[in-house]
Amino acid sequence: MSDLTRKTAVELAELMSSGETSSVEITQAHLDRIGAVDGAVHAFLHVDTEGALAQAADVDARRAAGDELGPLAGVPLALKDVLTQDGVPTTAGSKILEGWKPPYDSTVVKRLKAAGIVILGKTNMDEFAMGSSTENSAYGTTHNPWDLNRIPGGSGGGSSAAISAYQAPLAIGTDTGGSIRQPAAFTGTVGVKPTYGGTSRYGLIALASSLDTPGPCARTTLDAALLHEAIAGYDPMDSTSINQPVPAVVDAARSGDVTGLRIGVVKELGGEGYQPGVEARFHEAVELLTKLGAEVVEVSCPHFQYALPAYYLILPSEASSNLAKFDAMRFGLRVGDDGENDAEQVMRLTREAGFGAEVKRRIMLGTHALSSGYYDAYYGQAQKVRTLIARDFTNAYEQVDVLVSPATPTTAFAIGDRVDDPIAMYKNDLCTIPSNLAGNAAGSFPIGLADEDGMPVGFHVMAPVMRDDLCYLVGAALESAYADQWGGVLMSKAPELEVTR
Amino acid sequence: MPSITREEVAHLARLARIELSDDELDHLAPQLDQIIGLVAQVSDVAAEDIPPTSHALPLTNVMREDVNVPCLTPEQALSGAPAAEEQRFRVPRILTEEA
Repeated sequence: MSDLTRKTAVELAELMSSGETSSVEITQAHLDRIGAVDGAVHAFLHVDTEGALAQAADVDARRAAGDELGPLAGVPLALKDVLTQDGVPTTAGSKILEGWKPPYDSTVVKRLKAAGIVILGKTNMDEFAMGSSTENSAYGTTHNPWDLNRIPGGSGGGSSAAISAYQAPLAIGTDTGGSIRQPAAFTGTVGVKPTYGGTSRYGLIALASSLDTPGPCARTTLDAALLHEAIAGYDPMDSTSINQPVPAVVDAARSGDVTGLRIGVVKELGGEGYQPGVEARFHEAVELLTKLGAEVVEVSCPHFQYALPAYYLILPSEASSNLAKFDAMRFGLRVGDDGENDAEQVMRLTREAGFGAEVKRRIMLGTHALSSGYYDAYYGQAQKVRTLIARDFTNAYEQVDVLVSPATPTTAFAIGDRVDDPIAMYKNDLCTIPSNLAGNAAGSFPIGLADEDGMPVGFHVMAPVMRDDLCYLVGAALESAYADQWGGVLMSKAPELEVTR
Repeated sequence: MPSITREEVAHLARLARIELSDDELDHLAPQLDQIIGLVAQVSDVAAEDIPPTSHALPLTNVMREDVNVPCLTPEQALSGAPAAEEQRFRVPRILTEEA
């Protein structure tokens, strides 16, 4: 049998239901692959070999007993280390949570387990999801499988690297400002941020509660849609969960018919600061969609230029408040508890030792933005800008069904390039942030390689709230049209990683 | 003229309960100044009559039925504690000698 790690989730599911292979075999193949390449890639912070094989054996037993199983039962997955999994180390990429084993499952994990999806382990990320490169992880940087000298995107760089290194066919990410979509763009994979409230935040270690959204990562659009369906839907444990049926994402991914679909190219997301190879691939993709029957027009969203500054007020404000729970009292690190120091001093010493530079930057920025005398000028004004950005979307959706842009202004950059230049790093997320502020669905889909550097380029589709299906519709249309040109998905062009035993 | 001084950054660190070293202060203060320069662009937008949005989607508060549901056992709740005693979180002293 050909290499199981090269198969899509859909193909693996077929092989299991036809009895050609088992979940244990598939899981073992992926564990072996992790063993062979993770020394170079460093996508995983923790590999749960025993737990994964036990889950796989359980699915195999249920299948043998004739149980009704979900469409992804027995397929392995890599889980971003920001979601709790009962008894499995969860760090959010931070030293302050080193060794913490949560006593409960997040809702996403509960649903993965209910779907029979096998969790291989926890993936690397920027500390508390603050970053665009995984360089802010307290546990080392993940390397982009397309070019090991480059970053895999962030914050969910471990998840995007795991699927593009064939360590897992599926992964879970979380997206606060682009942390699913930007890594997908940088690794030639598919990543979708569902509508805010479409997937549950229960058990997600919070960065910015009004923005955080878990979502699927995969190598194909249909795999991502199946995973989306498995984790989405109303959850009474999340007060902002939407109590409505999950959009028909799988049907859309199977259809890919964009005939008559009205597509708006966002004028403001292009031009200066955008890499020529990114813009070239983007315009080709737009042309391709026109050929496939879509109607393309240019649309202006004049307030998008203020999305980045508004985001870097709203996010740090919420983060500084959310991260106050890391007080050295109930979980995680405690430093300086010598019987002399009081609780406040222990807290100060612990947070100094346990948080990395970017986390400190953002906590202090948020503390500043929320402090009296600055609140109206900063946080209050940012919230007004948020209203204006949401209105830009509403106005645009009166003319078109979806908006599109490049997913990122550039391709993946070299490790170390922007590590001490926060503003250059923040600009990675120019195209992705507006959808977080407005809460709508958005995804990145691979559309080829930039001429300058041979690195993947992502196509960004922004759909209205609870129209997540439209992202998959466009993604599937592009994927099938490009497969005719390339003889497969973009990932089939990725260089082979050196395997160590 | 920086928008935030080194002293102000030191004050923020105290408010945020982070014991920054002098080196970190030297490094962070100019970076925060730059970032504040970036985010201050929000004030370029005339938005006096615009209502603020705290949340992407309109929300109403949801109450659940007041019934017992399963929760963590004391052992589970304490399982990640840096220190525990007599089935409770043990914390450093919270009052100073003079108090």
